[in-house]
Amino acid sequence: MTVRATSDLRNRWAVPRASIPDVGPEEFRGALLAAIGAGGRFVAYFGMPEEAQHVRIYAVVEDELARLAAISTRVLDRFPSLTPDCSSASRFECEIAEQCGVEPAGHPALKPVRRHPPDHLPSGRAAPAGFDRNAYPFERIESHDVHEVGVGPVHAGIIEPGHFRFRAYGEEVLDLEIMLGYQHRGVERLLETLPPRRGVLVAESIAGDTVIGHAEAYCAAYEALGRARKSPRAQAIRGVALELERLANHLGDLGAMAGDVAFQPAAAFLGQLRGDCLNLLMMLSGNRYGRGLVRPGGVLFDVPEPMADEIHRRLEALAEGLRPVLDLLFEHAMVQGRFEGVGVVPQAWCQSLGLVGPVARACAVARDVRHDHPFGIFRFAHLPIATAWAGDVLARALVRRLEAQRSLDFLLERVRSLPRGEPRVPCEALRPDELVVALTEGWRGEIAHVVVTGGDGQVARHKVIDPSFHNWPALGAAMAGNQISDFPLCNKSFNLSYAGHDL
Amino acid sequence: MNAAGLAPVLLLMGLAPLVQGLVHRTRALITGRRGIPLLQLYRDLWKLARKGTVVSRTSSGLFAALPSAVLAAAIGAALLAPLGPGGSVLRFPGDFVAFAGLLALSRYALILAGFESGSSFEGMGASREVTIATFAEPALFLCLAALALVTGGRDMSSLFGSPMARAPLLAPALILVAGSLFVLLLAETGQVPVDDPTTHLELTMIHEVIVLDLGGPDLGCVLYAASLKLTLLAALIAAVLVPPGPMHLPWMVAGVAAIAVVVGVVAGFSARIRLDRLPQFLTAAVVLASLALALTLR
Repeated sequence: MTVRATSDLRNRWAVPRASIPDVGPEEFRGALLAAIGAGGRFVAYFGMPEEAQHVRIYAVVEDELARLAAISTRVLDRFPSLTPDCSSASRFECEIAEQCGVEPAGHPALKPVRRHPPDHLPSGRAAPAGFDRNAYPFERIESHDVHEVGVGPVHAGIIEPGHFRFRAYGEEVLDLEIMLGYQHRGVERLLETLPPRRGVLVAESIAGDTVIGHAEAYCAAYEALGRARKSPRAQAIRGVALELERLANHLGDLGAMAGDVAFQPAAAFLGQLRGDCLNLLMMLSGNRYGRGLVRPGGVLFDVPEPMADEIHRRLEALAEGLRPVLDLLFEHAMVQGRFEGVGVVPQAWCQSLGLVGPVARACAVARDVRHDHPFGIFRFAHLPIATAWAGDVLARALVRRLEAQRSLDFLLERVRSLPRGEPRVPCEALRPDELVVALTEGWRGEIAHVVVTGGDGQVARHKVIDPSFHNWPALGAAMAGNQISDFPLCNKSFNLSYAGHDL
Repeated sequence: MNAAGLAPVLLLMGLAPLVQGLVHRTRALITGRRGIPLLQLYRDLWKLARKGTVVSRTSSGLFAALPSAVLAAAIGAALLAPLGPGGSVLRFPGDFVAFAGLLALSRYALILAGFESGSSFEGMGASREVTIATFAEPALFLCLAALALVTGGRDMSSLFGSPMARAPLLAPALILVAGSLFVLLLAETGQVPVDDPTTHLELTMIHEVIVLDLGGPDLGCVLYAASLKLTLLAALIAAVLVPPGPMHLPWMVAGVAAIAVVVGVVAGFSARIRLDRLPQFLTAAVVLASLALALTLR
């Protein structure tokens, strides 16, 4: 485990860039393969333009014991691909090729990830010709019996754009390919160029349903680089907001899953409860999705005592209404019949694809940033990890149910006993030549913001990895062998973000 | 030709959109929503009648005739159904075969219209519709055979002419027939648990996806034909169960309304069955009808 031996990282601790091992491309490849082979997984793996037309490639990995380590290499226009020996590297390397214009030599299936022109090219370099972002090479099966069904990018519901290409034999899906990138807004470039007071607004918009999660990770990175020590009160308020967001989204998704199997009673009531949670976020921040609350150095709004009492009162009412609705949903035989055995994710994929969040936890993989890399209030308040083992839609629904209940318990316990302190402290200027990995457990899973500062104390690279980036391939793979009519249900059980992936 | 039978047919044809509304409303109320107004389908039909249509470039000249064929076949079936005290409007020996055939023709025209649009969604929906029909049709014929044995009749009017009164001892068989017809109704008219008329997910749709590319009067024809089919099947179930008498027509209307409410209740309390398990559900209709047939054999 050479990666581990040479560098030591902690969640939200800025380290000098010089402390991260800088090795040759072959050694880089060997060290990473050893680390991943020993049960590790990629947290981040990205390129950063440097002087003299070179590209610096950083990889952050987490080993089996949830320890973080980073390693880097410097390449000109190509580097040896890890993908042939490590499937979870595939999309990261496609992304590096797309963003920085360097070629992962030996990559077996190089495809555009978001279909945009390279936005992290080293200055003075032209975009490589061999990577046509407009020609997306779909897999093909030549057969009279196999038919293709293309869905999207414009969908029937009010959801985000993405193109799904099914190859089906009758009702059975042989293969599903997902083409994304319609929501690409250049988030990383924006975050690298905007000052924090505006950047945080961009961070809140990375995925519209994960406002708190992304803003929290963004601010954590800046606080680490700016050596700001948040008050316990600010940390607790952020934790409350994060869990409220999780509660709202899990309840909304459970309701949507009930709606997808046409079980309207649960769909209607869970939709209403989701609205109640959003209204609580509204009380906290003035916005139903929690915009404007989390800012570098703490939170913008304090929670006065009467408000905390009111939140507690409403949460108690919510808890009372929630239990019968969840029982109704999970004890209904027809609903169980629809949820069970659909969209199975084998546990091995959690390692081979590097899955995170409820999707991984539904395969009995206990992976949770709040537990593995505790931050803020979660260093003191331990939420048990919710897991299930079957890896199907029912397991993902169960994990969400458990997490919703535990978030609710956490909120009921904490919201009236917030510690003292200033809601917000000032951030100093960013330290030069440092790197920080800020992880947050958003409701979809691990959100990673990796920020690298240059010698001038300006942000040189801001890498955002939404949990959706890890998990999208699992959705496509899990559909093989399932009924095409079960896709919407399976999709909803993952409920991945298009915007979070497309950045 | 029984001109006196025309009045009840026209009455039920007029009420058909309301029956649909009743189903929707009941389901909505169960799920804690207020639901769309009872008369919404009338408004929709009026709106659609005044609209133009956009036709897919892949469709042939046949397409223009298909939506009206769907409607015409459904109306033809209504003329064969004994809805009033005097029996059906058109009546001839073996007309129940024509009744089943007209329902099949209506479905066939709809499936063809789906294929005409050239979209893979519609093709998928059409194939699902055919799968359902494959299981639904034998059940319908078994029901008719059981009724023929009970009543000794050879046309729709005698088959559904108060079988309860003629053979009270065979009431259990008739109840089984009604149960089988009810499952058929759920399948034929696309109700939960077979289909979800309110879903927006085109990959899961059966009936809804076929009409995705229809618009204006074409869509109006198909929507109205669907509500008419619902009303017809509900009326047949009512005819099997309802005792005869001078109050025939009010009984029939009340029976149709009651069955619409039951459909709404069933739809409200169930989830959709997985598509590959639908044949098993539809087999229930075949089994119920077979049992009824076995009970009536002498």
